[in-house]
Amino acid sequence: MPAVTETRETVEKLAKSSYEWGFETDIEMDIAPKGLNEETVRLISARKEEPEWMLEWRLKAFRMWLEMKEPEWAKVSHPPIDYQDAHYFAQPKKKPGPKSLDEVDPELLKTYAKLGIPLHEQALLAGVEGAEEQKRMPVAVDAVFDSVSVATTFRKTLEEAGVIFCPISEAIREHSDLVRQYLGSVVPAGDNFFAALNSAVFTDGSFVYVPKGVRCPMELSTYFRINARNTGQFERTLIIVEERASVSYLEGCTAPQRDENQLHAAVVELIAMDDASIKYSTVQNWYPGDDEGRGGIYNFVTKRGACRGARSKISWTQVETGSSITWKYPSCVLAGEGSVGEFYSVAVTNNHQQADTGTKMIHLAPNTRSTIIAKTISAGKSDSTYRGLVRMQPKARNARNFTQCDSLLIGDQCGAHTVPYIESRNMTARIEHEATTSKISEDQLFYCRSRGLSEEDAVGLIVNGFCREVLKELPMEFAVEAQKLLQISLEGSVG
Amino acid sequence: MSDFLKIQGLEARIDADGTPKEILKGIDLEIPKGEIHAIMGPNGSGKSTLSYVLSGREDYEVTGGSATFKGEDLLALEPEERAALGVFLAFQSPVELPGVNNANFLRTAVNAVRRARDEEELDAVAFLKAVRAETKRLSMSDEMLKRAVNVGFSGGEKKRNEVLQMRLLQPSFAILDETDSGLDIDALRIVADGVNSLRGPDFSALVITHHQRLLDYIVPDRVHVMAKGKIIYSGGPEVAKTLEKQGYTQFLEAAA
Amino acid sequence: MSVETTVQTSPGLEAFVGRAAGHGTALAAMGIPTRRAEAWRYTPLRAFADTVWAEAPALSDAQVQALLADLPLPEAGSRVVFANGRKFDVLDSLSESILVSAAEPVDPIEDRFSAVLNAALAQDGLSVRVAAGTDAGMLTLASLTSGDAVSTHLRHRIVLEEGASLTLYDLNAGEGRYVANPRFDIVVGKGARLTHVKLQQDSQTAGHLAIIAASVDAGGNYDSFTLNHGGELARHEVVSTLNAPHAQVHVNGIQIVDGNRLNDLTSMIHHAAPDCGSRQTVKTVLSENGQGVFQGKILVDRIAQKTDGYQMNQALLLSEKAQINSKPELEIYADDVKCSHGATVGALDDEQLFYLRSRGIPEAEARDILVRAFLLDALDLVTDEILRDLLQRSIRA
Repeated sequence: MPAVTETRETVEKLAKSSYEWGFETDIEMDIAPKGLNEETVRLISARKEEPEWMLEWRLKAFRMWLEMKEPEWAKVSHPPIDYQDAHYFAQPKKKPGPKSLDEVDPELLKTYAKLGIPLHEQALLAGVEGAEEQKRMPVAVDAVFDSVSVATTFRKTLEEAGVIFCPISEAIREHSDLVRQYLGSVVPAGDNFFAALNSAVFTDGSFVYVPKGVRCPMELSTYFRINARNTGQFERTLIIVEERASVSYLEGCTAPQRDENQLHAAVVELIAMDDASIKYSTVQNWYPGDDEGRGGIYNFVTKRGACRGARSKISWTQVETGSSITWKYPSCVLAGEGSVGEFYSVAVTNNHQQADTGTKMIHLAPNTRSTIIAKTISAGKSDSTYRGLVRMQPKARNARNFTQCDSLLIGDQCGAHTVPYIESRNMTARIEHEATTSKISEDQLFYCRSRGLSEEDAVGLIVNGFCREVLKELPMEFAVEAQKLLQISLEGSVG
Repeated sequence: MSDFLKIQGLEARIDADGTPKEILKGIDLEIPKGEIHAIMGPNGSGKSTLSYVLSGREDYEVTGGSATFKGEDLLALEPEERAALGVFLAFQSPVELPGVNNANFLRTAVNAVRRARDEEELDAVAFLKAVRAETKRLSMSDEMLKRAVNVGFSGGEKKRNEVLQMRLLQPSFAILDETDSGLDIDALRIVADGVNSLRGPDFSALVITHHQRLLDYIVPDRVHVMAKGKIIYSGGPEVAKTLEKQGYTQFLEAAA
Repeated sequence: MSVETTVQTSPGLEAFVGRAAGHGTALAAMGIPTRRAEAWRYTPLRAFADTVWAEAPALSDAQVQALLADLPLPEAGSRVVFANGRKFDVLDSLSESILVSAAEPVDPIEDRFSAVLNAALAQDGLSVRVAAGTDAGMLTLASLTSGDAVSTHLRHRIVLEEGASLTLYDLNAGEGRYVANPRFDIVVGKGARLTHVKLQQDSQTAGHLAIIAASVDAGGNYDSFTLNHGGELARHEVVSTLNAPHAQVHVNGIQIVDGNRLNDLTSMIHHAAPDCGSRQTVKTVLSENGQGVFQGKILVDRIAQKTDGYQMNQALLLSEKAQINSKPELEIYADDVKCSHGATVGALDDEQLFYLRSRGIPEAEARDILVRAFLLDALDLVTDEILRDLLQRSIRA
């Protein structure tokens, strides 16, 4: 079973069972009252039975947040967000609610149906390209609903390998020292407005620890879902990979259709020690709003990885098709000598979506290398921006960066923008940057159509070709799903 | 069956930087089921335009006349609908599709057409089997399936790829638009074999060329001479030979 | 995004506003940008804000002649000299089609600091109108400054009527610690062609804040090249608008930055009509503690279909302490366009260097050869041969 299908089905099962039967028995309050103040922060910390240091950490972040201003530099616009008009804590109800996936979100299920059937065949076909059938590995899943982790699978198998994979709320209690040592060490609480907000009020997320020399025996997957109304979702993910260890982590996101916008402000921190490697793949399909731009998720996310160890490697791959607004720059701080940072991104916007996404590659050490491949596709009345920073610090001797940004516009009502910042303070560092903007040529469309493809399928095919360099970085089955998603996202954008 | 492909008084023009330019000026042509016709003519006579108009390219505006295929108004159909109906255009210079895997493209096309014809779609295994049989026949390497469509293909490879598509899509009417240009003799044979292998009571073709060479391998039932947007002469296969020896002059004069 | 935000008051700002005598409202409101302003993040004006810059006094004949003495000047064409912000002399005979009259303002660049500062303080400048269909040949505009803690704010207006052409050689030089803040309002008419070649070799301790607003009509061509060579802190800023189909804009340049200097080339190429083309090649060579800045934006409006825009910027770092900051930017709202940019940053190629040395060329010379080779394809973009030759000779790599 393809990874994502498996993830989804696992989650569906979990969703039904946990939402129907409840997994905590002593909940009195399902949802915190609307509003954000120190009391909210204290309540979250108390509900999570957190140690004192954690509460202090949150409060400090909250006080910093009060002093901060929402960033305005991104090329996105939205009405002011009323941070007091949201719930900051929502626990799944214990009674059977209208919360099973089928009831809540028929559109989503339709999407899944579209995604589902041809996966197996596509995978086989991909074998033609030499990938031949990969040995299928089980996938461990942590499902996070409304910022509360509802279940984690395969924990026993992972434990045997020494890998910790659990909700971060649990890690704060059970692996307090580890969390305390690393939390906020890559994205400090006061890093930016949304990171500060997250630090104050995050309710759950995933925690991964891979000890020395261990190659994580299976893909780890977290499935994020926003269900409740008027709820901000603030997950926190922390992944620590020790010397010579490695992990591949998948993140999938969905949310139901709603007329009002919902705020999602996650923080992800990755830490890689000597010779460690982390592959972090995201397929982001939050609800993008309807054709007229009503509703959808505001996706304001801070993701950053620290390559602390020599020869360590962090690779971000993202396929961003959802959200009404995306503000996201998965970055790498290359502090270990010879460490490697990668960013592969596909961002698709349609209708009234806005995306401002990219990466930062901060080269601190000698012989560090980074690669950025960003593909931006704009359709409908949407706007999409690549914003990236490559910085070579004075000690980054012989560092290298290669950046390729390509934009594709579909229709004449959208915009595609490229804003790279290139900074070098080391003469031996080398940077190469290329960017192009183009459209799908009439010749290509006609060629496909004369072979019997509909215009929409032809566009899908060509767009997938355009994104190929990125899609091939995804774990194979994730890639197949992503391809389908691209096509679905662009529906209605041609003809 | 005379209503297989029937073109009457077809006129078409193209927008050349804001000024419409008439290219087809009244084409009359019938190709009965099971026959292969050739169109020969000097450069600029409108041969390629005819192939584009028949396959549905949008840059051309049909200003008069009609074209029906199997009784349907061909000109009213989308390109993919024409493909599903059995029209296949082998391009003179096939466009490149960067990043689009050739095998994936072929399968998507084959299944789109099968779907439209109410045939069962091929699963990956069946498709691969079918495609490998064809590539073998065309002396194509498997490696060509793994590459992006037409990207980095030599002239000969592109033409083979076109023939491969034709074999897989099993059209009832193929248009070969100067498929012979830039081919060496071996490749020419392969292309010709590809067409001849489909030859039969249910397959027709229109071979567009300005060399007689290809017609040594694909012997046409009829040869039409086209000039200045019109068919000015029609005859048997011997016309190709006459043209080769004497050029277009006598036909042009006769038409004048 | 690139709003040049306000700043607290500073001695420099107060002095400027005082000198503006009632014309300084916009300047006072804007203030002198800090690095928090996106447009100035790489080019700090701190030192600039701390100095009280006085109006530059008139220079004597002898002083001006001394300043002119070593300058690379073409023999041909007309020549106008400004000294310390005043028209000093019109040497040689101006061709009849060039009329000199008072400057007058055009174009919306008033959100940019260099323009606002100039608007507050400009008193003199050159106004040129080349009549339709006339080739006005070459015009040398020499702007000389001398003194310490003084500033000049020349405002020039250049209008080329339909089918007219002009080659403008824009020479900037001086002595002392001063600020030169020239502004050009340029209108290139239908099918007209302005070749604007600038040599900026202001004093090594000077500030240079130039701003050029150029609007180009159908089939017109604004072909510019700048050799940014001097100044302690020097920005050459171009805002060019392609207003009608088939207009062309070239904003090319070379920056050679050494010592503790900072050279900056900032440009906005605005495609506001279909079927236009723009080209930009900027090369920066950095040595010692030199800092280079390139900020180049291509903006393509929804209406500007079939735009063909290309931009390349390359930096060569020759020392451990040198620094380059580059921000090439595309903002595109039309789908049927061909726009691309490329950027590279790196050092001299060791293998090439070794190859030259193994053939007996001393290291310094080998480096010089490679640096000149790096600059060559940018320099080749200077279409006027006389000026290209003149620039080439004035490059001290």
